[in-house]
Amino acid sequence: MSALKIKKGSSKHSAYNLRSNFGEESETHTLAVLVDNEAGVLARVIGLFSGRGYNIDSLTVAEVDHQGHLSRITIVTTGTPQVIEQIKAQLGRIVSVHEVHDLTVEGSSVERELALLKVDGKGEKRVEALRLADIFRANVVDSTLKSFVFQITGTPDKVDAFADLMRPLGLSEIARTGVAALSRGGTDPEE
Amino acid sequence: MVVQALKDQGVDTVFGYPGGAVLPIYDEVFQQNDIRHILVRHEQGAVHAAEGYARATGKPGVVLVTSGPGATNAVTGLTDALMDSIPIVVLTGQVPTFMIGSDAFQEADTVGITRPCTKHNWLVKDTAELPDIIHQAFHVATAGRPGPVLVDIPKDVQFASAEYTPKTKAKTNHYQPRTKGDRDQITALVEALETAERPIFYTGGGVINSGNSASQLLRELVEATQFPITSTLMGLGAYPASGKNWLGMLGMHGLYEANLAMHDCDLMINIGARFDDRITGRLDAFSPNSRKAHIDIDPSSINKVIHVDIPIIGDIAHVLEDLLNIWKARGRKTNSAAVKSWWSQIEEWKKVRCLDFQPSKKTIKPQHALMRLEELTKHRKDRFICTEVGQHQMWAAQYLGFEDPNHWMTSGGLGTMGYGFPASIGVQMAHPEALVINVAGEASWLMNMQEMGTAVQYRLPVKQFILNNERLGMVRQWQELLHGERYSHSWSEALPDFVKLAEAFGAKGILCTDPNDLDDAIMEMLAYDGPVIFDCLVEKHENCFPMIPSGEPHNKMLLGEASTKDTIGSSGAVMV
Repeated sequence: MSALKIKKGSSKHSAYNLRSNFGEESETHTLAVLVDNEAGVLARVIGLFSGRGYNIDSLTVAEVDHQGHLSRITIVTTGTPQVIEQIKAQLGRIVSVHEVHDLTVEGSSVERELALLKVDGKGEKRVEALRLADIFRANVVDSTLKSFVFQITGTPDKVDAFADLMRPLGLSEIARTGVAALSRGGTDPEE
Repeated sequence: MVVQALKDQGVDTVFGYPGGAVLPIYDEVFQQNDIRHILVRHEQGAVHAAEGYARATGKPGVVLVTSGPGATNAVTGLTDALMDSIPIVVLTGQVPTFMIGSDAFQEADTVGITRPCTKHNWLVKDTAELPDIIHQAFHVATAGRPGPVLVDIPKDVQFASAEYTPKTKAKTNHYQPRTKGDRDQITALVEALETAERPIFYTGGGVINSGNSASQLLRELVEATQFPITSTLMGLGAYPASGKNWLGMLGMHGLYEANLAMHDCDLMINIGARFDDRITGRLDAFSPNSRKAHIDIDPSSINKVIHVDIPIIGDIAHVLEDLLNIWKARGRKTNSAAVKSWWSQIEEWKKVRCLDFQPSKKTIKPQHALMRLEELTKHRKDRFICTEVGQHQMWAAQYLGFEDPNHWMTSGGLGTMGYGFPASIGVQMAHPEALVINVAGEASWLMNMQEMGTAVQYRLPVKQFILNNERLGMVRQWQELLHGERYSHSWSEALPDFVKLAEAFGAKGILCTDPNDLDDAIMEMLAYDGPVIFDCLVEKHENCFPMIPSGEPHNKMLLGEASTKDTIGSSGAVMV
């Protein structure tokens, strides 16, 4: 093998380890995906993300057009611009997917999330929790003498901030819906 | 109902294997004569045969198998078809709807298992939807970038009756991939064509999938511009190997001149290829100084691994037609002086004669065997070549010449050993009079050897040309080059006597061990009207060159033993 000018067993490269580092920063994007409301459609979307190694930060899904059998999936995902473009192209390729919109780049949009937080506590802490809830415009949806369940809506940041404040005051459980998002302004020409 | 829908779709051949959950459909198949059912010996073979049929005809291949193991055995074939964009429609039986989820006998979550390895799949829960879904399935399999689809049909849905939906009323409107390319982008490419100094066409399987007109337009474009052209493994035949602008295949085992031209070009025009890792080698050193254009029907192929400057989303035939029209309207310009000196550079690279190998009078060199096969069969316009996967596959791509599209069937993306033999059966079914040869390695061939039964039963004269080196040749080569010659489990122990094996199946076996007997033996194989296993014992340690070692760019090719001038006598040098 001397003619090959390669030392035997010298290469550490695997053929599969060829991806160059584009060195770009990760970005977080919110995607709105309109899909056929049929069995397995969510599995197709999630399977795409797990199969190709993409991230899902948050995901919400519900039927939005009963007659047209359409559901809207809102996905918050993180990746380099190249990965984000791939995610959109790969989503668009799924036969059940009608439309893919990147709300992060298609003009401004509003994002909201709903969360329920259970806060256990007595005395001063309980009063403080209620006061903070008022500031954040969170509603009390359940109450016992030793606990509250607050309902808060807002951006994920606002929910995070509220949860951080509640933690020392006895936050014991939290349930979040994930982000729902719409573009601002009049009807999107594409919708 | 199923059979009626298949007839409406113009299906004449179905590859399948019956089982409990699919018996009602088989009962329908029994009571008609329009559709021919080919009984394979394993469901994987059914899917590969359908792939071979699809690639040889351009029509979707159809498979009918049962639930559970029938469906899971089809998974490899489905994945293969997905990777190579081959239109396949697989119908699977399923346990009755009321038993789904109960772990019933031969139950598997078929749509769940096949979701990532199909373009789309359906579980039919209502007989009224069945014909519509089958029509949709054919539409999805063939529209846009082709691919495999699967329709899972529970047994009670098969038994029930409902009103038939004709093909024309099927709901296929929603899935309509765009075929026309953006005119501004095409014009941008025309401008690039006009000024390019070192251009190259890099074409792929997309040209074949787009149909014969795409290949014709490609030939016209190459002839008009006089640019050099190379192709991926999947795209061989779109431009004829005898064409004067042909550089040969590119990639890991591609030709030296093709790879160096890719590395040094200033304009790369990718037509229906996907910058696969076997093509690009190390990405950060891939053709560093070129502008790149990419024509592809699948938006997700654009910028997936390589950033391109001129992306054009559309069907190849449509785009090439527009491209030619715009280029002609603007005065048919190219930078012909620069292209001429580019060609003289390419001629320099060709002088390396990268396919030379050290010939032998004692043992059959696999390259030599293929050169003789080429010489003795190239006059046959109806010659179809299938391959398995490994060294023999790369040698076949290097040493055989492909003049027309749809005459070359090989497992490219998935690299499925065991693909070639059943594929050759599918090709022969599509073209009963044609010469169908499966160039195989002994290890790959054994993976689906049960299909000998199919070949003999249907009197399919497929020629199994086995380059037998008693090794997993490509694995052995990598172990030699990259793993310190530690040949871990890469030899074939206890091989069968292939001549006796052929006879046991009722076919003909030919053993060839001497280079001097090779021509006569090949002629004997060609003359025999029936399936033949040709056991060609070849040099055991031959390596496949040229080769781009993994992790290296195009201009760091290994040319192999034969390239060093002193090791090769002038009389013995063999050139292709």
